[in-house]
Amino acid sequence: MADGAGRNLRPLKLHVPEPKFRPGDAVSFDDMVFPHAGSVARPAPSADPADMRDYPFTLIRVLDPDGHAVGEWNPRLPVEKVKRILRGMMLTRAYDDRMFRAQRQGKTSFYMKCTGEEAVAIGAAEALQRDDMCFPSYRQQGLLIARDWPLVDMMCQVYSNAGDRLKGRQLPIMYSSKEAGFFSISGNLATQYPQAVGWAMASAAKGDTRIAASWVGEGSTAEGDFHAACIFASVYRAPVILNIVNNQWAISSFAGIAGGEATTFAARGLGYGIAALRIDGNDPLAVYAATEWAAERARGNHGPTLIEHFTYRVAAHSTSDDPTAYRPADEPNHFPLGDPIERLKKHLIGLGEWDEASHEALHAELVNQVRDAGREAEKLGVLSGTAFNHGFETIFEDVFAEMPQHLKEQSEQMAEERRAAGV
Amino acid sequence: MTVMNMIQAINSAMDVAMDRDSGVMVMGEDVGYFGGVFRATAGLQKKYGTNRVFDAPINECGIIGVAVGMAAYGLRPVPEIQFADYIYPGLDQLVSEAARLRYRSAGEFTCPITVRSPFGGGIFGGQTHSQSPEGIFTHVSGLKTVIPSNPYDAKGLLIAAIEDPDPVLFFEPKRIYNGPFDGHYDRPVQPWSKHPSSEVPEGHYTVPLGKAAVVREGEAVTILCYGTMVHVALGVVQESGLDAEVIDLRTLVPLDIDTITASVEKTGRCVIVHEATRTGGFGAELSAQVQERCFPYLEAPIERVTGWDTPYPHSLEWAYFPGPVRLGEALKRVMKD
Repeated sequence: MADGAGRNLRPLKLHVPEPKFRPGDAVSFDDMVFPHAGSVARPAPSADPADMRDYPFTLIRVLDPDGHAVGEWNPRLPVEKVKRILRGMMLTRAYDDRMFRAQRQGKTSFYMKCTGEEAVAIGAAEALQRDDMCFPSYRQQGLLIARDWPLVDMMCQVYSNAGDRLKGRQLPIMYSSKEAGFFSISGNLATQYPQAVGWAMASAAKGDTRIAASWVGEGSTAEGDFHAACIFASVYRAPVILNIVNNQWAISSFAGIAGGEATTFAARGLGYGIAALRIDGNDPLAVYAATEWAAERARGNHGPTLIEHFTYRVAAHSTSDDPTAYRPADEPNHFPLGDPIERLKKHLIGLGEWDEASHEALHAELVNQVRDAGREAEKLGVLSGTAFNHGFETIFEDVFAEMPQHLKEQSEQMAEERRAAGV
Repeated sequence: MTVMNMIQAINSAMDVAMDRDSGVMVMGEDVGYFGGVFRATAGLQKKYGTNRVFDAPINECGIIGVAVGMAAYGLRPVPEIQFADYIYPGLDQLVSEAARLRYRSAGEFTCPITVRSPFGGGIFGGQTHSQSPEGIFTHVSGLKTVIPSNPYDAKGLLIAAIEDPDPVLFFEPKRIYNGPFDGHYDRPVQPWSKHPSSEVPEGHYTVPLGKAAVVREGEAVTILCYGTMVHVALGVVQESGLDAEVIDLRTLVPLDIDTITASVEKTGRCVIVHEATRTGGFGAELSAQVQERCFPYLEAPIERVTGWDTPYPHSLEWAYFPGPVRLGEALKRVMKD
């Protein structure tokens, strides 16, 4: 140890952030104070980021505690659109429930739910054009659902079965659908962020009208790719929406480990001169409104928007971790922003457009829809470590457009060895 | 035909490719108005506009990541990494993204990008402007690695790389940008104009990826090399009078193994030369493949002449550089019995 005592210097201290609550602690989020719904003004989508520097430190909310949509950010959606958002969120949850169960039943290796965060993907997808390009992280399955992508196709991917268009190569939930404007999901975090910016730059350079959107978790904002994306988005005023899904937890690391103690995640936009909004991510109408604002901004060549969706990861990170090992089991119940499905349901009931019976009926319908899709998908097989849904030789396909000689040789070698061994 | 040096040939390749395909675009640090620190992109911004040729922030992760996104959109970006030594911040985007995109999406999304980057030493570049990192990329499935050794090949290979449907690393041996170099650092520099490969067509042509060139036919020993080392090998062979066969690999992945094995089966001896560090370098792969395929024909152990396993030292770069002395000694050892 260095001898500081002789110079009358105090020893330095390392600060390692700790979450407020660990397993066994009593949870209270009483000190988490949010602005009232409707209290934040809506600037013009062409606003100069220099005039919006307060926005990363507030919280845009549309739905008040009684379920009324209030304030300038109220997107004033037709009732049918609101019902569509509700349906999308409920279908996403029903899908998650079934696929989580399928993993527990041993039908696949892995699954990731988005419970409590359904509004983030569904609200955004409903505010984007169908041909806008999405570069999601692994927890925006709602984008595919909102774009009416067949559940059977998604399930086949999760099962790596004979119907899996990705030929059983990708970890379950790492979907890809060019047709649905859903970019192939990587397992490496935040890599999609600069890619989304590049796609948006290409669209702008070509005089296209389509924009891009991307999503990362708050934990992944620590990656260099996040900053690469921000600097390119800012420099070239890329028509892109950069979403940060702050669900408070990155596996077992709370948001403070990603810098959440020092400032908000939306505030990271300030240093780049990017318009940044911080919104109630459990408020589907706020998500819709912020996305609509950012999309209009992008389409008007006013540049990118960074949106922090303040939400909460109710379920485990994935089927591979047990959250009760690092946070109190009842912490999700205390999170003060409520459940997005319940909040939109209350809103619709308040409009006189919905009731408990219609909600139950829709729930039952969606559960049946998912069950039917599940049966359909399982006809094409489930993941197995011994009975394979795709031929061994397929692993050599698509490494390159044209198979080079060394891969042909390796493929032949594999076949010969298996023949010789009688397998 | 026009006499071109490597820079002019590379510039011409991008010009031809951009003229033929409006999806080809160029970006990188200092590549726009200024035309690149080595002038490889000179005049392109003026000719094709800032939408297709522009300066990028000093962020290699962003340069590659953005290029991947542009490729997903349908363009053919040709990003420049100013020195191969700077490519590491972009490694994840190359290794985990560009290289895997076709595979992981089963062909839905592809990544036809060509990453150009000057590499190699011998220019007093010190440890951060001299490295040869090709072995890092040849180890990754899904990437092609191309290294030209002369102006004609540089243009033809670069056009082929840009037109290729998959990601290509295009490493340019900067020591020979302005003239071939035989490793005799104490002798006057020769310009490309005295070399037959400086005769370059002005228009479109390609040199196919995956095809090596036998640049000197011989019976005594096979020398496998690429980039600057082709000229070092030719110089040593000429001085020694040895009847060596010199093969310029031109593309490391995919590798033209048939040309290599045909040669080694004929000569029975093989020396591999590269400037990169030795351990785990591409020479190890070449040595393994020659041994696997040509074992009955070999009359001597395969030799590797490479950079030492040290950083590239600034003032002592000729101690690191695998030049004529070292290649000459290796050839003597291989020919001994």
